[in-house]
Amino acid sequence: MPTKPEETRHEMPREMPHEMPLDQRPTLLDVRDLHVHFALRGGFLDRLLGRSSGAVKAVDGVSFTLRRGEVLGLVGESGSGKTTTARALLGLAPITSGSVRFDPDGTGPIELTKLSEREFRALRKKMQLVFQDPHASLNPAMDLATAVAHPLRIHKMAADRATIETQVRTAFERVGLTPPDQYLHKLPADLSGGQKQRAVLARAIMLNPALLVADEPVSMLDMSVRAKILELMLELKRDLGLTYLYVTHDLATAKFFCDTIAIMYLGRIVEIGPAAEIYADPKHPYTRALLAAIPEPDPSRVTARRLPRGEVPDAARPPLGCSFHPRCPSAFEPCGWETRDLHALLEQRWTKVSEEQYERERALVEDPVEMDDAGLVAKLADSRSGSGAAAALVDEMRADDPAEPLWRGVASIDPKPDGVEVAFNDPVDPGLLDAGPVEVACHLHDARFAALSSKEGRRPTP
Amino acid sequence: MNPETVLSVRDLRVWYGTERGPVRAVDGVSFDVQAGETLGLVGESGCGKSTLGRGILGLLPAGSAIDGSVRFRDREIVGVPPREIRAIRGAAMGLIFQEPMTRLDPLMRISEHFAETLRAHEPDLSSRQIEARSIDTLRRMGIPPTRFHHYPHEFSGGMRQRIMIALALVLQPAFVVADEPTTALDVLVEAQILRILHDLKSNFDTALLLITHNLGIIAESCDRVAVMYAGKIVEEGDARQVFSDPSHPYTRELLKSTISLSTTELHYIPGSPPDLVQPPSGCRFHPRCPDAMRVCPRLDPVEVRRPTGQRVACWLHGPEELIPPGGTAPLQREELASADEA
Repeated sequence: MPTKPEETRHEMPREMPHEMPLDQRPTLLDVRDLHVHFALRGGFLDRLLGRSSGAVKAVDGVSFTLRRGEVLGLVGESGSGKTTTARALLGLAPITSGSVRFDPDGTGPIELTKLSEREFRALRKKMQLVFQDPHASLNPAMDLATAVAHPLRIHKMAADRATIETQVRTAFERVGLTPPDQYLHKLPADLSGGQKQRAVLARAIMLNPALLVADEPVSMLDMSVRAKILELMLELKRDLGLTYLYVTHDLATAKFFCDTIAIMYLGRIVEIGPAAEIYADPKHPYTRALLAAIPEPDPSRVTARRLPRGEVPDAARPPLGCSFHPRCPSAFEPCGWETRDLHALLEQRWTKVSEEQYERERALVEDPVEMDDAGLVAKLADSRSGSGAAAALVDEMRADDPAEPLWRGVASIDPKPDGVEVAFNDPVDPGLLDAGPVEVACHLHDARFAALSSKEGRRPTP
Repeated sequence: MNPETVLSVRDLRVWYGTERGPVRAVDGVSFDVQAGETLGLVGESGCGKSTLGRGILGLLPAGSAIDGSVRFRDREIVGVPPREIRAIRGAAMGLIFQEPMTRLDPLMRISEHFAETLRAHEPDLSSRQIEARSIDTLRRMGIPPTRFHHYPHEFSGGMRQRIMIALALVLQPAFVVADEPTTALDVLVEAQILRILHDLKSNFDTALLLITHNLGIIAESCDRVAVMYAGKIVEEGDARQVFSDPSHPYTRELLKSTISLSTTELHYIPGSPPDLVQPPSGCRFHPRCPDAMRVCPRLDPVEVRRPTGQRVACWLHGPEELIPPGGTAPLQREELASADEA
């Protein structure tokens, strides 16, 4: 009599003491100082002369630990590097430097970055990926039974046909595609979004993985079924002893799903800690902004929220100091104010003043394009040398909006014969600091700057 | 008709022909939009909300049929040849798409996009006037005038969506359809764009039909809301009223299953939206409805106006004289297979 698939699938008993506190559970995945850089292609001449044209630091020193049975939420906007981080762990993005130690069987960590492609492939059975778009991740010409059994064939774990079919049926039942007979020979096009995502989950658990990386698994689904898929994923985690890395932009779903939250911005983790703590007392201004931006389905709660201005900056030319400073309502002296910020402020001013005033001011100064490069001294030239117009304009900008955080970063404003030079404080790169149960990369929580950050004039945080 | 009514839709139906038979994407929809008002249209994917938005503008694809009445400022749009629709639509009706990246020509400067749009609709404008109008609209969207001659690729996603909105508003339309305008954007940028849409009324006096699947977005930016299910509007009314006291079980369940920070437990609606080739009999929501009664699969619900002002099509709210004897008893049905749930 053939062994029941239930038992063969679980060759290793996964004792997952769910009551055990997170920090006492064994480590499944340990990521240290992970960097993924993509070289930029320069012009023809640059390439001919072998000149480097810089790199995009998609992931710029990310560290975290994932313990068995934990759900870690990697949260950020597009361009934050969350997906690149997840892909790098699975060997789908080239790791520039850093260490990824994976211990799927509890037999000791294996350093993934040192493995050959062949050795890695064997380990990849233990880590599976669920993509955002269930429609795009299923082959439209493959029926569900074939699709779900596909990993077995790829990893040459396929036994005889009968065993495969039993395993597929078990997986279907597990993800709620019941009765399996009704779904085995359907094509993806015959299914709803939620059913497709169930099939993708069935395929992901086929190889009995230890780690499931889920990249926005519910963002393409209708509101009415998101909760159902999240519940299913929690069920699978409990029954199969899975560990999740949940990649998302949505702090609302992460709240129900994650034990730990890591907030990413422009390739770095800016805040990481227990989920309950992050939601109850967000420390980083970016985390606060993300939480405040989630639309609430309650019109009576709509208040005039202050939103961070602008968008995620170009990763090829990141801001100096803290990457979030140009958008941050609480930024102050050491945050890395620079020439580009003054340019942005000037452009912002010109969207607000009257058209006549814009025309007049525009004529007084030279085109401020030079301020578009990173630097600590901004030079705004008079269009008529010696008129002093540029200096007057900077003074007026400051007088019109003295509460603007940029002015706190200004070290000096020096009128020159042909314009004005605005010098900024030296930028300080924020590292992750201990702030109670969480770690946060923000100067507001740095004791060195306590005197400055509490100084009067700081805008209240949103 | 109320003199303030910009758009009046009556019993609108839209079908698509398929091999299996007609898909009734919009099936008898009626509503009005007042001047300067924002009406939110919400529903799950496949409920016909985008089709309705296109149908109103006379922008349906080939292979579709439309019936009923859409009156824009007292002129009928349905049944009129495309040339005439274009004249009626003219500068007065606009559309904002979901994906700003694919709607701007990468080889044209922003200034050229505006010039093309304005020249097509207002040929008498001078170049100077075109530039002044364009820059003024862009500034109100927060786009610096110094970037007027840039190309689309030089702008970020949120900026491009602002430019798209400015392109629709530069013609000073009386009515704009925005179809999921923030779905492709990041959370913070989405919130910025919602703020802009919310302020449209005070800045531009434009009536807006905002199509979305997210009730949170409706709450942020709409005066009134219409909830659509399987081609029909099941509930419509003042946004605050509908959110605080949803009358239709579908509205209530949809609100409960929206995951936000104030959600305390996960909730979902069993089953999935019906196939619009063969929709369920009677009320189309009855197979998924926790409050379904015996009358629900038998008779189409009749629209009633509640004392609180909303319109709702659900037998729970009567009219009682039309419900056959015993019709209010709970509907007996087989357990839903868990496979159908999602």
